[in-house]
Amino acid sequence: MAASSRRNPPPLPGAENQDPLSEMADEDSDEGEDIFVGNSNPVAEAFQPDTANGEEPADLFSEEGTSTAVNSSITTSKSNYVHSDNENDLFAEVSVELSMENPSTTAKSSGAEFTPSLTLSATQPESMEQLEEEKDEDSFDLEVAVTNPEKIGDGMNAYMAYKVSTRTTLPMFRNRTFSVWRRFSDFLGLYEKLSVKHSLNGCIIPPPPEKSVVGMTKVKVGKDDSSSADFVERRRAALERYLQRVVCHPSLLQDPDVREFLERDELPRAVGTHTLSGAGFLKMINRASDAVSKMTIKISDSDAWFDNKLQEVESEELQLRKLHAVVDSLVNHRKELCGNTAVFAKSMAMLGNSEDNTALSRALSQLAEVEDKMETLHQEQAASDFFILAELLADYIRLLGAVRGCFEQRMKTWQRWQEAQSTLQKKREVEAKLLWANKPDKLQQAKEEITEWEGKVTQYERDFDRISVTVRKEFLRFEKEKSKDFKSQIVKYLESLLQSQQRHVKFWEAFLPEAKAIA
Amino acid sequence: MMEEAREGSLSVSAQTIRVTEAVRDGDALTFIVISQKLSGSGEYHVARTHEDFQWLQQCLFSQEVVPGILGVIFPPLPAKPQLNAPAKVLKQLGFLAMGEDWRMYCMALETYLQQVAAHTTLSKNKCLENFLTSSEPPGHQRARKGIFNRLSQAMEGMRKEGHKDVDDFFQTERDNNLTLTGCSKSATERFIDVVLTEQKLAVACGHFSTALHLCVEQEEDSAVLAFSKICVKLSEVIDSIKRNFESVAENNLSTLGLGLDLESRCQEAEKEMLYRRTCKLVELETASRNAERAKPVKKAAMDELKVAAEKEFDHVSGVAKQEIARFHSTHVELLRQALILWCEKQLETARDTSFRYSQHLQAFKGLGE
Repeated sequence: MAASSRRNPPPLPGAENQDPLSEMADEDSDEGEDIFVGNSNPVAEAFQPDTANGEEPADLFSEEGTSTAVNSSITTSKSNYVHSDNENDLFAEVSVELSMENPSTTAKSSGAEFTPSLTLSATQPESMEQLEEEKDEDSFDLEVAVTNPEKIGDGMNAYMAYKVSTRTTLPMFRNRTFSVWRRFSDFLGLYEKLSVKHSLNGCIIPPPPEKSVVGMTKVKVGKDDSSSADFVERRRAALERYLQRVVCHPSLLQDPDVREFLERDELPRAVGTHTLSGAGFLKMINRASDAVSKMTIKISDSDAWFDNKLQEVESEELQLRKLHAVVDSLVNHRKELCGNTAVFAKSMAMLGNSEDNTALSRALSQLAEVEDKMETLHQEQAASDFFILAELLADYIRLLGAVRGCFEQRMKTWQRWQEAQSTLQKKREVEAKLLWANKPDKLQQAKEEITEWEGKVTQYERDFDRISVTVRKEFLRFEKEKSKDFKSQIVKYLESLLQSQQRHVKFWEAFLPEAKAIA
Repeated sequence: MMEEAREGSLSVSAQTIRVTEAVRDGDALTFIVISQKLSGSGEYHVARTHEDFQWLQQCLFSQEVVPGILGVIFPPLPAKPQLNAPAKVLKQLGFLAMGEDWRMYCMALETYLQQVAAHTTLSKNKCLENFLTSSEPPGHQRARKGIFNRLSQAMEGMRKEGHKDVDDFFQTERDNNLTLTGCSKSATERFIDVVLTEQKLAVACGHFSTALHLCVEQEEDSAVLAFSKICVKLSEVIDSIKRNFESVAENNLSTLGLGLDLESRCQEAEKEMLYRRTCKLVELETASRNAERAKPVKKAAMDELKVAAEKEFDHVSGVAKQEIARFHSTHVELLRQALILWCEKQLETARDTSFRYSQHLQAFKGLGE
């Protein structure tokens, strides 16, 4: 099957007025902008067309052709996905973008279909250095957004439903664009399922947002104030980021549970998610790491890399916690400033009213209005500080916990291998003793056990090697994603900061003639 | 040592009076006052303490020779600055205690002197001349008991503030002034809260920036390096935010803050004047009643008193009317200047900050490419 024809890729998010989703988005999002374009998440990020390349994504084999290309990342990772082989063939007609996963296997399976101009490192052997140096080519043709929180039901049985919208060109989905309604426990259920399946492999599974009894109770009770609205918005945004991280992960995207979550109209109620509160999750991780550190094991492989990285992760988690506390206090001060500004504005309005001189009175009233507008700006800026910076830090504190979990998994695997080795050794000693004591019937059993344990030792060693590879890969990917994520969020923050500042300038410019007009 | 206060004209130019700095002298502050000679032949440099200022104020109060002096709205002298004072005391000074090195306070003193020197009647007081030009500090002899002292003792006994006026003009003025005094004091206090919060925000930004620096690792690893770069760049951004808050707070302090503080104190000064006049009114009304009810034996004396009271009251009212007119126009001008200066400074800061933010944005976008 030669790649003679190329599928025409669907219009990109940057394309004007062609996007069927933008109409949908207009009703949905508050700002009236395309819900996908507005997100600066790693997934959507990949779809901002390079201005240099323009909007024409046809040049799929150009050197840079990553961010504009319509790609699917194929992973033929060892997880048991039914469709992967078929998908391989389906996608062979499209240009295949190499992901960081198993470049060699991908190259082998579809090498024949590649046009010779493919410049990507298709044929180089998989090696640690290779993995680290490879360009970040995680481009995914899938965007997901969480919008329209709606309260369903009344009283203490009420819950919030969120609209999960997906836009994709991946053939594993039935449609190109679709939406489903999910509630918070559904998200937690997804996490649990993914955890069960993948954490043993050493995958870093993005943790879901935290449960909040207080927050939800307020919503259920129907408290119609800004704190409820804030809570719902915070949760919506957190759920969105969570999903985006999940679909960004090449292995997880292939998981049928993820697909089902995105696509299926009705999901069975997730049960047992009460254990997965944020605090509970962290406790789980900490307990695991405590248990491991209590044993004074030193993995005596020559790779000190894992030790170093774990230390880095631990110290980074501490730093992020500090940062989070500082940002929290910043947010509080901003809110205080809002309050003070509003009160000041009122007092100026009163002063203006009492003033005889009309021009002065007018100017003072204008001043009061300017201050009121500033107050709104301060509010927005506080929200920005919070929703962008604080939440980013909180996300990563949780993510680092998940990373630590990964490392612990590897430790456990190593332990299991070591224990199996020592069991094997004991079995051999038993055999030796039996030989000496000359008990042929028991000897047979002993030999059988030895064979069994030899098998286990081999298996566990292979497991350990495999998980080491995965953890390392995952970690490198995580680091790259982290930098990208931080960068894009900070850019978003700066953009809002700049916008707010420019409005400040406009307010002052408008006020100056008023002040000068006083006579 | 001081000569009797004689009528004369000031030998320095009122607008050139400056209080340039406050020098700490143990527990006290000494202020350097500089003014330019009208003749253009140089300047005067003197050092004065707050006690010296108080002495001046007392001198001004004690001018009995000027008829209707009670009708003058005396420029308000800021309260005594205390070094190492408890927070409550500093709070009373409000804006004047804020700012570095008592700069705000110096500016308030400066305004006070300029206002006195610009006043047609008060500027003629020899005490002012001595205050500004004499190299020796003015004596601290007890000022002669001016009418004010008598009156201030009397004030305590009487609750005349609400006493109905005979003149609509004055009644309106008193009502307005009452409102304005309350409003301007309240506005000043609210504004202080705003500025204090802005300063707090600047400090919080400083903490944030420092904490970010602690995240920087000197690693060879490219991924770690990339993240460290992000932290460094972000801390630069936070530094800019900090600087913005500091500037905004400083601008608020030195323009509108100072203006509102002065406005508030001036309204108080007008209130005091109006009260003095009201007291005179009460005196007059009492004297009239006495004259009416007087027995023939005392009638002549009572009548005389009544006439004197009437004359004094008319003088005071006359002066008061002029002062009120002048006060209205200067207070408008005062606020106008404060508002314009405030707006201009904030606009400049806002533009600066906007520019810096857009630079940061560009730098961030270019990171890691």
